Amino acid sequence: MTNEELKAKITELLPAATFEEGGEWININIESKDWLSAAELLRHESSLFFNYLFCLTCIDWKTHLTMVYHLSSTQYRHNLVVRCKLDRNKPEIESVSHIWRTAEFHEREVYELFGVNFLNHPDLRLLILPDGWEGKNPLRKDFEDPVNMIKL
Amino acid sequence: MYRETQIIAGSSHPSFAEVGQPGEFIINVGPQHPATHGVLHLVITLSGETIKKVEPHLGYIHRSIEKMCESLSYRQFIYVTSRMDYLSAHINNHACAMCVEKGLQVEIPPRAQVIRVLMDELTRIASHELWWGAMAMDLGAFTPFFHAFRERETINDIMEETCGARLTMNYMVPGGVMQDIHPDFQKRVKEFIQLYKRKVHEYDEMVTGNIIFQNRMKNVGVLSAEDAISYGCTGPTGRGSGVSCDIRKLYPYEIYSTLEFDEVLETGGDSFARYMVRIREMNQSIRIIEQLIDNIPEGEVLTKTKAVLKLPKGEFYTRVETARGELGVYIVSEGGTNPFRIKFRSPGFSNLSVLDHIARGSKIGDLVAMMGTLDLVIPDIDR
Repeated sequence: MTNEELKAKITELLPAATFEEGGEWININIESKDWLSAAELLRHESSLFFNYLFCLTCIDWKTHLTMVYHLSSTQYRHNLVVRCKLDRNKPEIESVSHIWRTAEFHEREVYELFGVNFLNHPDLRLLILPDGWEGKNPLRKDFEDPVNMIKL
Repeated sequence: MYRETQIIAGSSHPSFAEVGQPGEFIINVGPQHPATHGVLHLVITLSGETIKKVEPHLGYIHRSIEKMCESLSYRQFIYVTSRMDYLSAHINNHACAMCVEKGLQVEIPPRAQVIRVLMDELTRIASHELWWGAMAMDLGAFTPFFHAFRERETINDIMEETCGARLTMNYMVPGGVMQDIHPDFQKRVKEFIQLYKRKVHEYDEMVTGNIIFQNRMKNVGVLSAEDAISYGCTGPTGRGSGVSCDIRKLYPYEIYSTLEFDEVLETGGDSFARYMVRIREMNQSIRIIEQLIDNIPEGEVLTKTKAVLKLPKGEFYTRVETARGELGVYIVSEGGTNPFRIKFRSPGFSNLSVLDHIARGSKIGDLVAMMGTLDLVIPDIDR
């Protein structure tokens, strides 16, 4: 499917999504409360069939957090970028690890590095950071570690 | 849930404890274990010899490369990425350089493109050679390790002549490659191809056709195509399950679209299929090198770019095929000289996540065969 066809299809199926220009792929923004239903539609709708989540990450914009999901379809070879804006003080979003299994590890990584709470995640624990890690999440912009220098 | 301290408290032996259901045991493999090839810690729940659960504990070599990159300029951060997947250092650098070039919208000279592809394919062979030797060593044979290193050293020598380094090359920079190839490069690569072709039958005679190895790998760690996609498995791990995921074919970059090579696919999904993909992939890499080695165009190797690079505001994503799978570089730029946020989608991280799924229900002795054919490089997973 070309980008124009994909855009028309998503407009039809996901009226809540807003489009953003730029980049080589279609970018959509979705409210975090709508994300789980949108994810199920994107994965299971036979004309979209986004079965491969190839990147899941988060960006700290200092005022808010943004979850970024890069989706691809191994059948149609089209790609889609989904963004969800989160409250920086209480970031919460539904887990999609039951839809794309790779999300389980990626969400654990985002959980510890950004402090995003994934609701209904099967096993939300620290993955990379040592046990008993207290304090701020390392990839947040306001994180400073006086002992281990990160700034070069 | 299961930590070293609890295990020590619950048992007289520091790495062996009985927990949960009667007859269930916890075993720690690593962080220092020869079969993990690095500092990977696996906490394995066993019932007798059968694996109930494998739980990876990461972070022993986490250097927070993504955070470091935020305070480095677009020229500097590429040097850090050689330390991620150190066996495909060239390809990591390539991905980053391409992402910066995409932001700057610069074209690189044809000579640099060919040199980049040549270096990538040599790296792929070197990486698979090391994997082959190390995997045979995991399964109990030490001789293949030396045979693999005999060829791998030749590639390292070629790299050393041109790049000045044997492991962390830092040769690809935004705009092309750092300097021209060594005058002997073409001659040495041709010698390597001759050497490889003379020796490659030994691999099949020693390992591939060996009934002991086949029995240890066939029907071990079976991964279906649907699961491979769902877990995000790419590279030889995905292709061993029949998933077409070669970025060089699907989203061609540089000059890959003009080259003749096959995407290697196996349908078994077991350890032996993953093994065969890598063995056959080496021959495809040789094929690519043979097409290019006599056809390196003359000209510049580096486009003139500004001394201080500034990417426009926006987001840039590039995908390349490393020896282990799909590497994604995601740069978020605010228009400054440093990336605002950078994310490396490393192939090893996703490939590791499938280990629990494929290991459940099999015997503990087979775990090494599964880990060996997933080709895990721990710095790539931890970053």
